[in-house]
Amino acid sequence: MMNFLFFFLAIICAGSVLAMIATKNQAYNALFLVLAFACLGGLFGMLGAPFMAVVQIIIYAGAIMILFIFVIMMINLGQGLSPEKKKWTIIFSVFLVLVLFAEIAFAAKSAFSSFKSPGAGSATSPTDLGRHLFTKYLYPFEITSILIIAALVGAIVLVKRREKE
Amino acid sequence: MIPASYFFILSLILFVLGIIAFFLKKDLITQFMAVEIMLNAANLAFLALGKSSGFLDAQVIVFFIMTVAAAEAAIGLAIILLIFRQKKSIKTEDLRSMKG
Repeated sequence: MMNFLFFFLAIICAGSVLAMIATKNQAYNALFLVLAFACLGGLFGMLGAPFMAVVQIIIYAGAIMILFIFVIMMINLGQGLSPEKKKWTIIFSVFLVLVLFAEIAFAAKSAFSSFKSPGAGSATSPTDLGRHLFTKYLYPFEITSILIIAALVGAIVLVKRREKE
Repeated sequence: MIPASYFFILSLILFVLGIIAFFLKKDLITQFMAVEIMLNAANLAFLALGKSSGFLDAQVIVFFIMTVAAAEAAIGLAIILLIFRQKKSIKTEDLRSMKG
């Protein structure tokens, strides 16, 4: 079962990166990358790092790729899809919503019935990770917070339009 | 259990694919995405090492890599937007002059 899961995720991951290389459209590139990062999140979970798996999906596939998609949408304003393709997007989105609903319902059902730890038993808990982060790696952690603030302020200052020009 | 070497091989494949994407693609945004792929390949290798050696430090390092990648994405995309405003293009072959 684990073997099958590994090869499934690995093939999807490498395949979507290959598809990203093959396609020209930047928005599709970004979406293929989201798929690859989500699969990597699954692999992280298999490596006994559930916290990193969740962070990978939320930060990478969520936040960072959303930034990319925003910039892509600001840069190339092409025309929308043709009506024929639009019909397909509606069908696919309804299908995806149904899958998501089933997933959330399943998760809620298993959460209410009894809590069972998913995956392998050797997974490290987020508690240990947090303790490690705030004792041994306290200084690097604080330095990264300064880095993030500097990056945020830098990005805003760079993109801000000046009044004079 | 899956041996750690499988994860290393996958990490290697992803890293090489990232390099290929970086050199084949001709626009700045996609090249930037290729850099993210390489970072993720490194993350995967770190986590596989952490799993096989039993140290928790690998996960902390991956955490830091993700933070730095987020900062890098914010700054890099801001720079790409600036380039687009000045040159009206983000194709690498259009960026030939050093002077803004």
